[in-house]
Amino acid sequence: MYTNEMHLSFLSISQNEAFARTAVASFVASLNPTIEELADIRTSVSEAVTNAIIHGYRSEDNGTVYIDCIIEDMTVSIDVKDMGEGIEDVSLAMQPFYTSMPNLERSGMGFAVMQAFMDSVDVESAIGQGTTVRMKKKILAES
Amino acid sequence: MQINYKQQDNKLIAELSGELDHHTAEKVRKSLDRIVASTQPQELIVEMSGVTFMDSSGLGVILGRYKKMNEHGGIMKIANPQGHAESIMRMSGVFSIIEKCSEY
Ligand SMILES: Nc1ncnc2c1ncn2[C@@H]1O[C@H](COP(=O)(O)OP(=O)(O)OP(=O)(O)O)[C@@H](O)[C@H]1O
Ligand SMILES: [Mg+2]
Repeated sequence: MYTNEMHLSFLSISQNEAFARTAVASFVASLNPTIEELADIRTSVSEAVTNAIIHGYRSEDNGTVYIDCIIEDMTVSIDVKDMGEGIEDVSLAMQPFYTSMPNLERSGMGFAVMQAFMDSVDVESAIGQGTTVRMKKKILAES
Repeated sequence: MQINYKQQDNKLIAELSGELDHHTAEKVRKSLDRIVASTQPQELIVEMSGVTFMDSSGLGVILGRYKKMNEHGGIMKIANPQGHAESIMRMSGVFSIIEKCSEY
């Protein structure tokens, strides 16, 4: 079985959103994903990292965001973790259009986007301890 | 993220290019709001063919600008969104609120 892994940690500042999605995408590129699959992953990583920064760390720039990316054969597993606020009601938070920040022009579509583009999205969270979003996607072999 | 503006009569065309995420959203929001306030166009066209990346933070910016135009009796349209930017807007129902066009 082919396995590979990559771990990243970076400060919770918004410039790092582009860095994080680009880093994960170039790590996954070794599996020869389609442009479409790569865009699915970039977008989903961007959603989870943005959430860690604005919700987990309430836009304070001294938190640390962690990414663990594991490849096993053709399946990519990406954990995006913060040690911030935590989510009180995960199933409510994951509902399309739910946002705790409507006044900040948020649409509440972040989790819906992750779910649309990845095969699975699982969230573990505890108030005051933080949140881990685990996303998985199987890269389909080229025909 | 770059924005180019063009004015045609009462129409303001904002050509976005680059990546529209949480980091760049604030700049886009401020820039659009400032020019809309000073030129008061009847119609705002957001040309998105140059947007190479967009996530849900971009949705917030687009919907927020639409709301503002609407409040002042103006019209806003989205032109030529590509790839995942288009699919995110489609899955969120943006096009049932904001008209998508290819020519203007
Ligand atoms: N890492 C996190 N820490 C704490 N709360 C979170 C985290 N991620 C998500 N949430 C909560 O879940 C809600 C829904 O997240 P989602 O990404 O779907 O929408 P949003 O971020 O509010 O808006 P959008 O992503 O459309 O800009 C958030 O409003 C927030 O309350
Ligand atoms: Mg979000």
